[in-house]
Amino acid sequence: MFEATELNIRNDRIQERFRYLFLAMAVVLIVPVLVILSLLVIKGGPVLSWSFLTEFPKNGMTEGGIYPALLGTIFLVLVALLFSVPLGVAAAIYLSEYAKDNWLTRVINLAIINLAGVPSIVHALFGVGAFVIFFGFGTSILSASLTLAIMTLPVVIVATREALQSVPHAFREACWSLGATKWQTIRKVVLPNAVSGILTGVILEVSRTAGETAPIMFTGAVFFVPFLPESVFDQTMALSLHLYTLSTQVTDVPENLPYGVALLLILIVLAMNALSIGFRTYLRNKKKW
Amino acid sequence: MTDSPMTPGGETRRSNSDVEMAIRTRELNLWYGDFQALYDVDFDVRRGQITALIGPSGCGKSTLLRSINRINERLGYVRTEGTIEVLGKNILDENVSMPQLRKEVGMVFQRPNPFPLSIRDNVLFGYRLHEAKATRRSSVNRRQEDEIVEQALREVLMWDEFKDKLDANSIELSLEAQQKLCIARLLPIKPAVLLMDEPCSALDPEATAAVEELLFRLRGDYTILIVTHNMAQARRVSDESAFMLMGKMVEHSRTDEMFVTPKFKETANYIEGRYG
Repeated sequence: MFEATELNIRNDRIQERFRYLFLAMAVVLIVPVLVILSLLVIKGGPVLSWSFLTEFPKNGMTEGGIYPALLGTIFLVLVALLFSVPLGVAAAIYLSEYAKDNWLTRVINLAIINLAGVPSIVHALFGVGAFVIFFGFGTSILSASLTLAIMTLPVVIVATREALQSVPHAFREACWSLGATKWQTIRKVVLPNAVSGILTGVILEVSRTAGETAPIMFTGAVFFVPFLPESVFDQTMALSLHLYTLSTQVTDVPENLPYGVALLLILIVLAMNALSIGFRTYLRNKKKW
Repeated sequence: MTDSPMTPGGETRRSNSDVEMAIRTRELNLWYGDFQALYDVDFDVRRGQITALIGPSGCGKSTLLRSINRINERLGYVRTEGTIEVLGKNILDENVSMPQLRKEVGMVFQRPNPFPLSIRDNVLFGYRLHEAKATRRSSVNRRQEDEIVEQALREVLMWDEFKDKLDANSIELSLEAQQKLCIARLLPIKPAVLLMDEPCSALDPEATAAVEELLFRLRGDYTILIVTHNMAQARRVSDESAFMLMGKMVEHSRTDEMFVTPKFKETANYIEGRYG
C-alpha cells in the first residue's frame, strides 16, 4: 500500500529537475549585481575621498573632484520633486478616492500607463520642445527638472494610489457614517494612514530621478560649468551626465575616475532605496492593522 | 431638519419631537445596477425602541439598514425610489445634507472599526468633524472635550476601565472594547437613531453579552435598529422584529409575538431554522 510506482518516481525526478532549473535562473539574478558592484568598488573605491566630493574638477575633468555635479544632481532632484509630488499625489487622490469608472478615468489611467512607457530620450525631446523653447525657460535646471518630473510622475501616482488603496475601506465608511465629507475623510483618515506608502514611493522616485541622463542632457545639464548654479534658470552639472561624458568624450581620463563617479551615483541610489525600505519597515511595525 | 414637509398621505406638518416613528419607509424600492434589492418596503421603526431586522443572507436587511443613512450610495450605482422618513423628514429629498443626516443617524459596523488613533481621539472624532475650527484648541474647549469623553465612555460602560488609558491606541484594544468605543464615538454628536449592522458577529459570547447589555442601557434614549443573523439575539434584545425575505418585508410585529406565533409560514420556517 502507498508505495510509489515507476511513474511516481519518474514524475518526482522530473519535478526535482525543474526545481533546480528555476532555482538556477533565480540565482543568475544575483550575479550581475555582484559583478557590477565589486567592479565599481575595486576600480572606483580608491577615487572616493572627501576632496573628491568637495572639489571642482581640474585639468579638463581629468583631475579634482565632482562637487558641482553632485550638487547639481541634488538640485535637479529636489526641484523635480517640488513639481511631481504635489501633482502626482493630487492626481492619485482623485483617482483613488473620487473617480468613478467612466471614460475620463479610463483615459487618465491609459495616459499614466503610456507616460510610464515613454522612453526617456523621448521625454528629453519633449522637454526641449516644451520647456526650453515653448515656455522659454532655456536650458536650465527648471527645464531639466520639469522634464524629470513628468517622467517620474507615473511612479508617484501609482505608488500613492496603492498606498491610498491599502487604507482599509472600513476606516472610510466609519468616517462617512459620522457625517464627514469626502475631503474630511481623506484628510483625517486616509492620508495619515497612507503617508508611509506615499513617502516610500517618493524616495524610490528620487533614486530613479538621480540616475537619469537622457532627459537632462538637452534640457539643462551641461558637461562643465566653472561655477555653481545660483537660480533655477542656470545650467548645472550632474553626476549621470558627468559619467557619460567622462567615459565617452574626454581623452586622457584616468581609468579609475569614471568608476568613482559611477560608484558614487550607485551609492546614492542604494542609500535612497535602503532608506525607503527601512522607513517602510519602521512604519509598518508601528501600525497594527 | 427643522420642519417636515407634507407627507404623501396628506398628513399635516409634524414637529420632530412628537413623531412616534423614528423611521418610516414607504414603497421603498432599491436597485444595485440592474439588480433589485428591495421591493416596496413599508417599514416603521418605533422611537426609543430596539427593532431587529432578521432574514437569511441576501434578503436585503443590510441594504435597508444602509439606505437609512444613505451610506450605500457611495457605491455609485445605487438607485432608490419611494420615501424614507427619519424623524418625519424624507431623507431622499434634494435639500438633505449628508453630514446633518449622518449626525442624526449613527452607524455601528459588523467588524469594529475604530480609527488607529487614541481612545480619546476616537470618541472626539465625530464631535470635532461637526465643530467649527475656530472654537477648537482653546483651553475651555479642552475641558469641554474632557467632559465629552468622560460622558460618552461612561455611557458605554468603559470609563472605569479606561479612564487612565485614554491615550492608548484603539487598535490594540480587545474587540469588545473596540466595538463599544465605536458606539461611544457616535454619542457626542447626539444621534437620534443608531443603526447596527450585525454588531456582535465578530465578538465572542462574553463580549456579545456586554454589547447587548449596552444596547439595553441605550434603549429609550436612542432608537436602535439592529440587523442580526442570530435569532436568539433578536429574541433577547429587541422589542420588535421585522422579517425580510428576497427583498420584501414579510412580517413585522412585536418580538415576543413573532417568535411565538409567527403569522407567515416563511417566518416560522426561518425562525425554526429550516432554511437561512
